[in-house]
Amino acid sequence: MTRSRSDFLAVRSIRAGGVRALLLTFVGLAAILGLSLVASGHQALADDPTIKIANFTFDPPTLTVKAGTTVTWVNADDIPHVVSEKDGKFRSSALDTDDKFSQTFSTAGTVEYFCAIHPHMTGKIVVTP
Amino acid sequence: MHDEFNPATEASEAEDESSGLTRRGALTCMVWAGTGLLWTLSGGVPKSLGLLGDALAAVPTGFTFLQISDSHIGFNKPANPDALGTLREAIGKVKAVKSRPAFMIHTGDITHLSKPDEFDNADQLISEAKLDVHYVPGEHDFIDEGLGKAYLARYGNGTKGQGWYSFDDHGVHFIGLVNVVDLKAGGLGRLGPDQLAWLADDLKDKSDSTPIVVFAHIPLWTVYADWGWGTDDGLQALTLLKRFGSVTVLNGHIHQIVQKVEGNMTFHTARSTCFPQPAPGTAPSPGPMTVPAEQLRSMLGIASVEVRTGDKPLAITDTPLAG
Repeated sequence: MTRSRSDFLAVRSIRAGGVRALLLTFVGLAAILGLSLVASGHQALADDPTIKIANFTFDPPTLTVKAGTTVTWVNADDIPHVVSEKDGKFRSSALDTDDKFSQTFSTAGTVEYFCAIHPHMTGKIVVTP
Repeated sequence: MHDEFNPATEASEAEDESSGLTRRGALTCMVWAGTGLLWTLSGGVPKSLGLLGDALAAVPTGFTFLQISDSHIGFNKPANPDALGTLREAIGKVKAVKSRPAFMIHTGDITHLSKPDEFDNADQLISEAKLDVHYVPGEHDFIDEGLGKAYLARYGNGTKGQGWYSFDDHGVHFIGLVNVVDLKAGGLGRLGPDQLAWLADDLKDKSDSTPIVVFAHIPLWTVYADWGWGTDDGLQALTLLKRFGSVTVLNGHIHQIVQKVEGNMTFHTARSTCFPQPAPGTAPSPGPMTVPAEQLRSMLGIASVEVRTGDKPLAITDTPLAG
């Protein structure tokens, strides 16, 4: 996805000419080569883990990450879901189809979460130091 | 018939729209409907055609009310790209009912995403029926940023807590319960201690012979725990209702008809006006079931409930939008 979009931008920009085109070409090439782009600030890194919500389950149900990792949930169901820590320490808004929610885990430990409107859906994030 | 109420063990014996019709099930239905429900097997699927005997095709003599459920206004996925259109058809059915119902209940999931325009569109269409409507929320009606503010601003007037209430009509005590709020990880639907205390107090002065109709979004009995189709503390509510001679429990949420009788209690879940969901355990998930367009309207519908005088149980007739 990212690759084809970057390619497209690069081609368009070359036609437009200028320095910006070169930069975008580089970005496009980097994507083609599979290099991960360095995101700035709060943006999730390309290799940060994703949890897919599909068929009313979290996939994977247990995810182990290093402290400081940002985890992103993506809803692939036709029905909205709400990602919530067990006691409500974090809670997403209603995620409709293809909506995403990200949360950074900075402290080691196990975080249990569930879908606040389909509470039989549960998952765990194991955060290692 | 059993003396002990035990929803956990009884759930597997309940009739659903896609299971075979068992002998015990047939007998149960006849007991439940008083004069008997007329069942037919169509392609292996049992289907209610209406009531046998004095009720068949007759204009009801008791007072009637209607149930609609799970309109999911705002839903636009392949299972039904036109949620507003099928609700419009359902309201058309409501308007066509021969004897004018006393009122309508809506057992939740009015909207899909609790958005103001979804509530507006639903309201506008449902009001065309020109009936009083008593609502209870579904979990889809409580997912605005204010976690239910939008619903309660519209429908919460005169209710307690997160929107529960009771009222009396024609000698029947109606109770609207809310089991979609403050749900707990790993659990099912939930009423919570405050609502249960209110229910105990609400029933305190009612005589055992008062007919009770209780309605809530998620089934109060366990239909299928693996898909969350039940209420954790539902049994506590049903225990409070056990002493009454006639109790009818009406739910939505599962977008298909499932019914059973247990002692003096009749349980019934309504079809959705928007999209069907699979029978318990027959699909990888309870998500919307996409069926061929020509079949969709046979799997959506409304329910009419007739309350007859005397000690007869309530008669429930489900009407599909088509087929």
